[in-house]
Amino acid sequence: MLSKRIIACLDVRDGKVVKGVNFEGLRDAGDPAALARRYNVEGIDEVVILDVTATIESRQARAHTIAAVAAEIFLPLTVGGGIRTEADAAAAIDAGADKVSLNTAALSDPDLITTLAKRYGSQAVIVAIDAKRQDDRFAVFARSGQSGTTRDAVEWAREATERGAGEILLTSIDRDGTKGGFDCEMTAAVSDAVNIPVIASGGAGTFEHFADVFASGHADAALAASIFHFNEHSVSELKRFLQARGVPVRM
Amino acid sequence: MIALVDYGAGNLTSVRKALNAIGAPVWTPAVAGELGRAHGIIVPGVGHFDSTKALTDEWRTAIKTMVEDGVPLLGICVGLQWLFEGSEEAPGVQGLSMFGGICRGLTPRPSEMESKRGQTPGCTVLKVPHVGWNSLEINRPSRLMAGVTSGSQVYFTHSYAAPVIDDTAAVCEYGVRFSAAVEHNRVAAVQFHPEKSGDTGLRILTNWANAV
Repeated sequence: MLSKRIIACLDVRDGKVVKGVNFEGLRDAGDPAALARRYNVEGIDEVVILDVTATIESRQARAHTIAAVAAEIFLPLTVGGGIRTEADAAAAIDAGADKVSLNTAALSDPDLITTLAKRYGSQAVIVAIDAKRQDDRFAVFARSGQSGTTRDAVEWAREATERGAGEILLTSIDRDGTKGGFDCEMTAAVSDAVNIPVIASGGAGTFEHFADVFASGHADAALAASIFHFNEHSVSELKRFLQARGVPVRM
Repeated sequence: MIALVDYGAGNLTSVRKALNAIGAPVWTPAVAGELGRAHGIIVPGVGHFDSTKALTDEWRTAIKTMVEDGVPLLGICVGLQWLFEGSEEAPGVQGLSMFGGICRGLTPRPSEMESKRGQTPGCTVLKVPHVGWNSLEINRPSRLMAGVTSGSQVYFTHSYAAPVIDDTAAVCEYGVRFSAAVEHNRVAAVQFHPEKSGDTGLRILTNWANAV
């Protein structure tokens, strides 16, 4: 049976992991490659590098980070943050990424999804959607949640799929960083609307939250950052918990 | 040296990196004529079956000749599908017919197994493409899958799949049962991505490379 995937997100700035990380006891604090190595041992299914700086000046630093992480793990590796053009995507893939995640660029230039899907295959193109509840819809935001758009997450996910996206990475802006649980309702609405895998993100605080997003959120994968940093064995403990709950996971 | 055939279907970085990690030297031949010095040949691939058109008669003949001379061949993903007769994905494009059968599209449909067991109640449809880690059923001994046990999980990403045949060494199930690994003499192929499948994947690549 196809396993539900657990994905670790490394938020990287200037080559160092940032965001809610408790580095106590970790000798190579902030080193993305060291963290990726640890997750690999613990049984993580995939790794996402989210470059939160991703300015033009940092492009070379990003390639270096991607290559360093790719050298540590033989697992699917996604790179997101600042992928604006075909050249950005090519640089990330050449450095060792298997997939690129498009967010703002896909909103402003939806043709980029198709261009990249034709060049690298749909499996290499993830469209990341940041959305928050507004009235009775899920409003899509660009620029790391800073700019509102007129789009609805469900419709945008459908369009992205038609344009060639291979997966949707759906982040709840309302839940992100709260540790209050994933937005299962929003995840289910998007997951049921498309025939490609949906990765849920934003709000993971407990193991129970993961079980919920796979059951009532209909998620195919769940992504988290800080929850994995606190305990050396949390990825494997999470998987044992999910397995006991009847969720198929890779052990 | 292992020849990693680049026919423009996606990037080869991951495969090259995995081969480097297991100590297998690899190069990408620029023309079919270079294949003559290969001790092993890998046909990788992500993307569309149509892209295998870039493997012209010259490449096909060179690869077949090498196989006849006993040089090990490994197909990965679309590379596996190309070793069959063809694929519904690109009906006009001929495969190499090293294995019998046509690759067919996976169909999104209710997941009977999951609903029957009452597991993950929300997951009522099988999504296509089939993306993620799925388990293998080892159905006969093979060189390629030596030491890999049934239930081991590997990483898949594909929308078309090859039928289960006598040469099938490992089966995977996703709505239908399909060939996850095939082996006949020195010709082997996998539908999953060993270069993305952690230690299990590296073991399979090592098994193959040891025969080179």
